[in-house]
Amino acid sequence: MENSRRDFLKIAGISALAVAGAEPVLNAFASEHGEEASKAAGFQKEEKALTAKQWAMVIDTRKFKSAKDLEPIIEVCHKIHNVPDFSKENKRHIIKWIWEEEYKHAFPGDASGFTDERIEHLPFLVLCNHCEEPPCVRACPTKATFKREDGIVLMDFHRCIGCRFCMAACPYGSRSFNFRDPRPFIEERNPQFPTRMKGVVEKCNFCAERLAAGQVPACVEASKGAIAFGDLYDPESEVRKLLKSNYTIRRKAGLGTGPTIYYIV
Amino acid sequence: MLELALKGSKKYYGWVAVLLGGISVGFAVYLWQLNFGLGLTGMHRDVSWGFYIAQFTFLVGVAAGGVMVVLPYYLHHYKAFGKITILGEFLAISAITMCLLFIIVDLGQPMRALNVILHPTPKSILFWDMIVLNGYLFLNIIIGWQVLEAERNAVAPPKWLKPFIYLSIPWAVGIHTVTAYLYCGLPGRGFWLTAILAPRFLSSAFAAGPALLILLCLIIRKMTKFDPGKEQIQSLAKIVTYAIIINVFFLLCEVFVVFYSRIPEHMDHLTYLFYGLQGHSALVPWMWTSMSLMGIAIILLLIPSVRANESLLAICCVLVFCGTWIDKGLGMISGGFVPNPLHQVNEYAPTIPELAITLGVYATGFFVLTVLFKIAVTVKEEAAA
Amino acid sequence: MNKQMYDKKNVIAGIVIFAVLVSFPFWYNLGKAAPAPELVLTDAAKAAKECVMSKEEMKAGHMQLLDMWREKVVRESDRIYVSAKGKPYVMSLSNTCMDCHSNKAEFCDRCHNYSSVTPYCWDCHIDNPKAEVKNFKVSENSKEAK
Ligand code: SF4
Ligand code: SF4
Ligand code: SF4
Repeated sequence: MENSRRDFLKIAGISALAVAGAEPVLNAFASEHGEEASKAAGFQKEEKALTAKQWAMVIDTRKFKSAKDLEPIIEVCHKIHNVPDFSKENKRHIIKWIWEEEYKHAFPGDASGFTDERIEHLPFLVLCNHCEEPPCVRACPTKATFKREDGIVLMDFHRCIGCRFCMAACPYGSRSFNFRDPRPFIEERNPQFPTRMKGVVEKCNFCAERLAAGQVPACVEASKGAIAFGDLYDPESEVRKLLKSNYTIRRKAGLGTGPTIYYIV
Repeated sequence: MLELALKGSKKYYGWVAVLLGGISVGFAVYLWQLNFGLGLTGMHRDVSWGFYIAQFTFLVGVAAGGVMVVLPYYLHHYKAFGKITILGEFLAISAITMCLLFIIVDLGQPMRALNVILHPTPKSILFWDMIVLNGYLFLNIIIGWQVLEAERNAVAPPKWLKPFIYLSIPWAVGIHTVTAYLYCGLPGRGFWLTAILAPRFLSSAFAAGPALLILLCLIIRKMTKFDPGKEQIQSLAKIVTYAIIINVFFLLCEVFVVFYSRIPEHMDHLTYLFYGLQGHSALVPWMWTSMSLMGIAIILLLIPSVRANESLLAICCVLVFCGTWIDKGLGMISGGFVPNPLHQVNEYAPTIPELAITLGVYATGFFVLTVLFKIAVTVKEEAAA
Repeated sequence: MNKQMYDKKNVIAGIVIFAVLVSFPFWYNLGKAAPAPELVLTDAAKAAKECVMSKEEMKAGHMQLLDMWREKVVRESDRIYVSAKGKPYVMSLSNTCMDCHSNKAEFCDRCHNYSSVTPYCWDCHIDNPKAEVKNFKVSENSKEAK
């Protein structure tokens, strides 16, 4: 809060250069101790915002039977986040935040020739793992990819220079690059969420915009209970309860990236 | 001294015109790419770095290779190289220029490139790469210019230059080491995840850089009145010979570890490059060509009489240069991205616009090289006259 | 090396031509200063009576304000801005600013064109979400997404 107000005074100062008649307002800003001033010109979280130390997901793959079950989940994410569809245009430019993979691709090191039939043909949902030690964040030269205080690995599209170092660094192929202006390829856009511009990288944002409004991620909501979402460091959270009572696996856990998407198989 | 670049023969002007033509074409296509986006290239989600970054990597090597004439002269007082250190430094300047241009043309949002400085991130190797590359460019401009200016005025180079020269030697090793660290510190990219990557980069750099320098020396001797010298060329040839042997040795070390341990995540990339994977084998002929070129070059270079024959030596240098170029400029980057982290094979091939822009950057680099060499050679001719 | 000036005449002519070229935009526009643009307020904007800062402050500093908003929202996950008068606003260019000023052409563009700036905000942020939001539908349970 302290910081915010100082930042704000900077703006007020800039404006004051051009504005002669704004003294009363500025005085209100400047009185650091006044009750009114602390109310004025501040920044807050939304009251209903959901918070955590490290958000995590548990995907119960037993509840999915076929690729059909995954479709609405993928669709809702891509739709509300204005993810363009290049599948009909040029496959090279494809962008995806969440998609399905076979077991042997989602867990390439673990597959054997003798996997049980259900697993072998089961479609797995894959998305950004919001790693606890994210290599993409380490690689990014501008902090355009950064780890937020609630554990979400987020993209700042305003800052991204499009060097794609993060894409080389991510061991899960979770990131996509806007090889061209995505807007013409968004069939029906969600006007309340921004699109992206060409030349920046994007990926799943763990629905940061919904968490701020007190909603769980859209894919969780659309999964009809197959995906749980919660704080990894809150022993009472839903994900922790599931982790306690089920055997779970993570993608390439051996790399030490600390993926926070857990799979019950 | 810049005015020296303005007075030249018809041939010189013709060559400059060709380069300017190449630059214009490249620039025009770049404007197109700027407008359309990087979708104009053959890159995609899985192979997210392509030809540009590969050329960048190769040219960092060429730039670092220039140190192979500077080091013997200043550290071992090998006097013969005094005559040609300037060529090594100027080669480094033009190579770094190309490197920086390749980075810029590879950015999705080049207008924001300064964000790397505005939001400095020391944890990112790219941040350090920017510092070492620009530092090396700066060092070589200062050193090259001062040394040449001194030679022109027939005085000794200023004393304060010495520390810069000594600094430039480890710095040359630094630029290629940091460039290797861009790749070899990434978990989940088994092809690059090897401690021998930086040594491999350096050895191929010390082969390719001096090989190019030999070729340039031979051209200069033919085209101008300045003779870089037989002894100089022979010494460079020995350096090339050692370096290319070490390069192949390092590669074989990698091949042993990968194929004996048989860890798929490391092995599959090399399998893809040399044998093809899941029916995809676009790079296989290239890689074997590269191996053969380097192998033949080693055999030829080891024969003293071949090395002593300058026309045969020139051929060997072309073999070395092409061999290392394919290895680094084609295989090194694609090879790391195929198969992708989910073990799927999606190949990459550059598109025509991509190649045009690449040619434009090379033309820019050779333009800088031509102008700088013209100045250097004219000064040498004047001094001799 | 030679300090003597060759071709004095040509050099001076060159300098004159250079000076004229460089100053071209100034004298070209001389005497025909375009009138300051008229901005149109939508009914919604009129009804709201006040913006997140005073009109004068907005005129002079809306870019800095937006820049700070984006920093706050994206990087610090603060989404609410409390104005000097203590009124809370969601910090969102599309969903707050453009909700009132849904007439980008007559509000934003006029001034930006006048001062020849081309901000690329709208490459990503949708300029009139109200007009589109009615048509946008996703599955039952996630239509509230923003
Ligand atoms: S999955 Fe990839 S993109 Fe997501 S946090 Fe981990 S490394 Fe970064
Ligand atoms: S592409 Fe963008 S997010 Fe990725 S590393 Fe570069 S600047 Fe960071
Ligand atoms: S968490 Fe949100 S952004 Fe991520 S995949 Fe699910 S719906 Fe998409």
